[in-house]
Amino acid sequence: MKMKRLAAMALAGTLAAAPAMAELVIPDLSYRTGPYAAGGTPFSDGYQDYFNMLNARDGGIGGESIRIIECETGYNTEKGVECYESTKGEGALIYQPLSTGITYQLIPKATADGIPIHTMGYGRTSAANGEVFNWVFNYPANYWDAASVMINYLLEENGGDLSGKKIALVYHNSAYGKEPIRTLENLSEMHGFELSQLAVDHPGQEQKSQWLQIRRERPDYVLMWGWGVMNQVAVQEAANIGFPMENFIGNWWAGAEHDVTPAGAAADGYKSLNMNRIDANLPVFDDIRSLVHEAGNAAGDGSHVGSVLYTRGMYAAMLAAEAIAKAQEIHGVSNITAAQLRDGMEALEITEARMEELGMPQVGPAFSVSCENHGGSGLGIVQQWNAADGQWVALTDYIAPDDSVIDPLVAEDSAAFAAENGIEPGCL
Amino acid sequence: MSADFLYGIEVIINGLMAGVLYALVALGFVLIYKASGIFNYAQGVMALFSALTLAGIMSGQVPFAHLINAIFGTEIHYFGWEVPVLAAIVLTLVVMVVFAWCVQRFVFRHLVGQEPIILFMATIGLAYFLEGVGDLMWGSDIKTLAVGLPQGGSMFVENATSGLGGDDFYGFFIDKLDMVATVVAIILVAGLIAFSQYTKQGRAMRAVADDHQAALSVGISLNFIWVLVWSLAGLVALVAGVMWGAKSGVQFSLSLIALKALPVLMLGGFTSIPGAIVGGLIIGVGEKLFEYLIGAPFLGGATENWFAYVLALLFLVFRPQGLFGERIIERV
Repeated sequence: MKMKRLAAMALAGTLAAAPAMAELVIPDLSYRTGPYAAGGTPFSDGYQDYFNMLNARDGGIGGESIRIIECETGYNTEKGVECYESTKGEGALIYQPLSTGITYQLIPKATADGIPIHTMGYGRTSAANGEVFNWVFNYPANYWDAASVMINYLLEENGGDLSGKKIALVYHNSAYGKEPIRTLENLSEMHGFELSQLAVDHPGQEQKSQWLQIRRERPDYVLMWGWGVMNQVAVQEAANIGFPMENFIGNWWAGAEHDVTPAGAAADGYKSLNMNRIDANLPVFDDIRSLVHEAGNAAGDGSHVGSVLYTRGMYAAMLAAEAIAKAQEIHGVSNITAAQLRDGMEALEITEARMEELGMPQVGPAFSVSCENHGGSGLGIVQQWNAADGQWVALTDYIAPDDSVIDPLVAEDSAAFAAENGIEPGCL
Repeated sequence: MSADFLYGIEVIINGLMAGVLYALVALGFVLIYKASGIFNYAQGVMALFSALTLAGIMSGQVPFAHLINAIFGTEIHYFGWEVPVLAAIVLTLVVMVVFAWCVQRFVFRHLVGQEPIILFMATIGLAYFLEGVGDLMWGSDIKTLAVGLPQGGSMFVENATSGLGGDDFYGFFIDKLDMVATVVAIILVAGLIAFSQYTKQGRAMRAVADDHQAALSVGISLNFIWVLVWSLAGLVALVAGVMWGAKSGVQFSLSLIALKALPVLMLGGFTSIPGAIVGGLIIGVGEKLFEYLIGAPFLGGATENWFAYVLALLFLVFRPQGLFGERIIERV
């Protein structure tokens, strides 16, 4: 009797441990703890809530239910790699690492394992060249696009002429923070503005030296590549020295609500880029609230719905879901593999009509992906913080980057990567 | 006077102010190390936890709300009231005293007589535990700490000094928050010194710091003194957490401010309150001046973090016990 019970328990254990079949497995490498949790939590909430909404409303995608496996990385590269290794065997279809450091580690691993990575607006910029980075996608925009969009916006503000202007870049002293430097240097030569660079060491809690330097040098504009506490401190320090906030522009990782609220009214007027337009009244939120939150299946406490990073997480999930649907269509099967999803991502086409149909009109720009272009359109908007109303206000429509500057840089960097790694560029 | 010279002075003044903030963190380390020989790795997390608790109490947040909601299926997050600053500070101090008692009762009481490295490892565990409890208790959102501290540069100082240089000198910039932090640090240090010199408990604390066995033999309760010391470290952590949290909001990166205290301790010594202050000032001025004169113009900037440790190491070579640490004498 005892043996029978033990055997039954062992069988049950084996069944429980075996990967569930006929499911679309999507790992969520989140960070809800540690110094960067304030940014990781809303993104992950939006990412998971959208998939859960699809499960509740449509029974998943193409009749296949979605299984999310959340793994906490703490924004730590080693933990992120552990998360990847521990979840890939579950039949993972796609990874959204949400960290440039983790992305760099996962590029060779995921390429070898044949699992696509989507690094939306972060990661290795030259991955936009899909002929070298077959398994990596960074649509709809990348860091170099962001730098170019910022300069194009400033050109627009200054009647098309930035010659003689002084622009300072305050950046996180890491691979992430250094990403825009080369692009900005090229743009500086092209447009004749003077570029100064001010590095801020991790985590960025202390920035007095950098802002005293800005006060001395009086640049016309300050651009920022920050993340985590660096953003909040920078906004406060800029206000402290009386720098005009409307001339201070962060990238899209320095433009969430929590980046500006600690500074209170002093943050009023601060600008940032955004790759996803926000609107608290998007029709898709009604479905998420009624089918996910009210059913008690929310990934978080529901307080982030409509925020910048929640919307971005939801947008990322939507792009993954659309690519899955495209892959199902291409291969004629509903239970797709990671390799088939890669094909779906490479054939992805997002139109304004489709965004409207999905209940998120104008949240992202229309774009299409191809083997040659894994980076999308590179468009971004400029938004401004209104402290009195406690909300971001979109100042512009989607602004295009200068491809004549970006494309050669992507080609050069990806060619160097291909040479280093013995990759023969080409489409799969 | 030339603008460069005046800006150099401005850097020194701001370095001194930053040093005060570093010293505030270092003070907590010194208090515990001096009384118990424990290098408290958790001091940075204590600053975070106390600031989180203060912000949570002030906003009327329900502690462990996420856990309660997950278990009971409720949707409670706030009590619906706000607590005035002073009352919230008192309640936070009560929490820190309870924390001190728990640390003593459940951790260090069981580790009496263990090697210092064991005690240090215990504080590492304590740091991660406390960070997790803080997250579970108050959530990971960034909290605004509206305790009425002033922000921004002092226009009075700026206007009064703008005439010292030419057109390219805009007057000295001094952050009002840093000025307040300096005053608070002076009051705190004076209070700690007065407490240890003129009160019965303070003298008992010093006796324990000098010799545990001798203190025990004259009837001083080690348990009480250690709870007292951890409570005082909790008070210092709260002050540091409020000052740093006012700049950036209260968030989990606050625990990393401990990294700023380590070079201060290496320089000032682990056992001296004046050492923590002077060490903080030297590190603050040293790193800012190096960044201004060499780091930014020649090395690409962002030199402060590592230069602080270089400076501390230089002092260590000549005075291993730190500037004000007790001299190490070993007799054969």
